[in-house]
Amino acid sequence: MAFNKNATGYTFLFSIVMVLIVGIALAYTSLSLKPLQKKNESDKQMIDILGAVGITTTRENAKVDFPRFVKERLSLDFEGNVLNSTSGNVDPNDTSDPFNLDVKKDYRSKKPASELSFPLYICEKEGENIYVIPVAGSGLWGPIWGFVALKSDMKTLYGAKFDHKTETPGLGAEIKDKFFSDKFQGKQLRDSAPYFTIEKGGRNTDIHSVDGITGGTITSVGVGEMMNRTLSIYQLYFNSVINSQANNNEY
Amino acid sequence: MSTENSAITPKRESLFSKKNRKLLKDPLGDSNPITIQVLGICSALAITVQLQQAVIMSLSVLFVMIGGNVIVSLLRNLIPDRIRIIVQLVIIASLVIIVDEVLKAYQPDISEKLSVFVGLIITNCIIMGRLEAFALANKPGPSVFDAIGNGMGYAWVLLAVSIVREIFGSGAISLPGMGQVKFLPEEWFIASGGFYENNNLMILPPMALVVVGIIIWIQRSRNEALIED
Repeated sequence: MAFNKNATGYTFLFSIVMVLIVGIALAYTSLSLKPLQKKNESDKQMIDILGAVGITTTRENAKVDFPRFVKERLSLDFEGNVLNSTSGNVDPNDTSDPFNLDVKKDYRSKKPASELSFPLYICEKEGENIYVIPVAGSGLWGPIWGFVALKSDMKTLYGAKFDHKTETPGLGAEIKDKFFSDKFQGKQLRDSAPYFTIEKGGRNTDIHSVDGITGGTITSVGVGEMMNRTLSIYQLYFNSVINSQANNNEY
Repeated sequence: MSTENSAITPKRESLFSKKNRKLLKDPLGDSNPITIQVLGICSALAITVQLQQAVIMSLSVLFVMIGGNVIVSLLRNLIPDRIRIIVQLVIIASLVIIVDEVLKAYQPDISEKLSVFVGLIITNCIIMGRLEAFALANKPGPSVFDAIGNGMGYAWVLLAVSIVREIFGSGAISLPGMGQVKFLPEEWFIASGGFYENNNLMILPPMALVVVGIIIWIQRSRNEALIED
């Protein structure tokens, strides 16, 4: 061997070269696969939004089914005023499309609500308007998110769908399961905060609360927190809609 | 460096020499990474609910194993001894990240089900063990055989466990790209007035341990060399 592979200088050189090669290889992989992964994520988001209103679709059909059922996509400011409204097919490159607002990223950024916009999906199913609200928050280990669907009275929960990144399998991870999200169906929001509560085991639940997951307390608390924080913004919009409807009825 | 010369080395080791066959065969049976060495158990228990997950997981581990073994074997005379574990870890981690990214792009649903367990291939003791124990001291050729042997040794246990668990737990069998095929008629189930019920215990993690245990039991009772006093 012509060189001493245990010399300190060589060790440093080896590490530097290795890190450079690995870095370039990984960056290249990540960049070249990004478009496909983005498409998968957007399909998944459509599946989840439709799932919250009880419509099952597949990755292949999501692009077709989504505009069929979601008749309007709104973005709201923090006072509940409508900023933007679109319908029809989703253009993944149109940043003004509420569908492309990333609520998870907004939550992570910790920006005040006044700097953010909030997407709202209005779906039509069996002649009824259903409002789907995306929520995002934190569980025990990492981000959790989901969609909450409200009936046309804007008080009754039509359904919900939650997901997580790294919650404990068998405990917090069960917020993803159907048995948990099914409990939300038919429940009602309170008129003021807290709009909805996730109770800890043993306590009685009423029409404004559901039982949390045993052994998944912090994840369950996270679900309650993200729902209440988000609903407090959308409630402003719902109130304005209800008021304008009431005014119209008087005349 | 090699001093061999075709004139003075009349006999080249054949591809399927006894030694290479042993490298391939041993990890399938007598030195199986899961049932004998009891390594890599964590993922074997966690992702064997469905066959399709087990197939993807096995292929991922096989890829990381072959890639890692070859790279380390090629670099074995260049890697500084003091940082060899770090180097091995970086190589494994990069391969795993590549696998994870590829799965996210091409198999999003399975990638979601495997969740953290793809990332945990990095800490799979089988891979690190083979790099340290074999690839660091052997040429790339035998290292490939060693990787395939151990990867397949891991894979067959995963596949066997997941087939048992999926058949009895979900009454179905699934393959990547085909989805889950339920082969039991719907009328058989109690829910629709039949006599049959899926065994929910099968899809819970403890049952994976029991199934692996049964495989170990069968293997040990058949092979006297493995019976301990």
